Amino acid sequence: MVRSESSGLRWLSGLLLLCTAAFTPSGAVGQVATSKTSRDTGLVAWQQVYSVLTYPRCINCHTATNYPQQGDDRHRHLFNVVRGPGGKGVPGLNCATCHQSENANSTGVPGGYNWHLAPLSMRWQDAKDNILSSAEICRSLTDRSKNGGMTGAAILRHHQQEPLVLWAFDPGQRRDGTLRSRPPLTHEQFVAATRTWVDAGMPCPTNP
Amino acid sequence: MENYKLTINGQAKEVTVDPGTPLLWVLREELKMTGTKFGCGISACGACTVHVGGVATRSCVLPVSLVGNRPIVTIEGIGKDPVGRAVQEAWVSEDVVQCGYCQSGQIMAAVALLKGRPKPTDADIEASMGGNMCRCGTYVRIREAIKTASQHLA
Repeated sequence: MVRSESSGLRWLSGLLLLCTAAFTPSGAVGQVATSKTSRDTGLVAWQQVYSVLTYPRCINCHTATNYPQQGDDRHRHLFNVVRGPGGKGVPGLNCATCHQSENANSTGVPGGYNWHLAPLSMRWQDAKDNILSSAEICRSLTDRSKNGGMTGAAILRHHQQEPLVLWAFDPGQRRDGTLRSRPPLTHEQFVAATRTWVDAGMPCPTNP
Repeated sequence: MENYKLTINGQAKEVTVDPGTPLLWVLREELKMTGTKFGCGISACGACTVHVGGVATRSCVLPVSLVGNRPIVTIEGIGKDPVGRAVQEAWVSEDVVQCGYCQSGQIMAAVALLKGRPKPTDADIEASMGGNMCRCGTYVRIREAIKTASQHLA
């Protein structure tokens, strides 16, 4: 039997739809892959990104609580520091009360431009300071109602250029002169992993 | 050693110090402005609080090299500011001070609070002043003095 031209087109359209679905991330926000980077490759890259996002240098300021955290043990920030309405502390006790635009290595206080907490919509911990799962953080990061309206390209730029992201890879030294620990990837590796994940359509792991 | 030009309480000052020298040491040791106190040296107590560019800042952890061209106001100059004057007067009328060691830092933090929140609630006062320690336990009188100053400024 000879397939008609119209039925052939319908078959091709269906195949394209299936392919599109296969490349759609399982998270709340589906972005269609725009390159040949596979979903599996994207998921591997995402796990690399996740390993950085959940490192203390990053996650200490992505809390779900009224305070930032400090140190590799992610303890509550000392000195009764609170989040404040804009994530920059409160009058008289702002982040800038101690944190300057760059690391103050002679006194051990970390610093970066516009030091502040991430908004609560970008919390990567629960109310008990437990780190959210890979799938949960991925869904938050790709949800434009939570991530400040960022597209994949904007997320990549954020990881490439945001001063506080850059700070995490050059976090300076503590009061005792020892270096703060750094994320498991270099900044270049982190950006490359983000790019691969974005190119794959920002796939998220399935629950949980 | 580097040379730094600073504006402190509206006056030009010049010091030659190591870039990593905390502003507190510059104030107390180089400029002999001893109103600002050393408490802990790690920004934990607030005794060293000054205003840098209008922000309450712990001078014990601020290297002088990072001050830039931001104006500095210390306890010696805060009385020239209307809010600062009102806070100082309230501190006297409420008889806040006991030993007094932490009070210059308390006043500098209170002024920053009132500039940001002219009518602070108890919760606002607790959040803003929570980083300033007082071993004499004058917290209740500090809170009352902040409210008194707020009323006078209204």
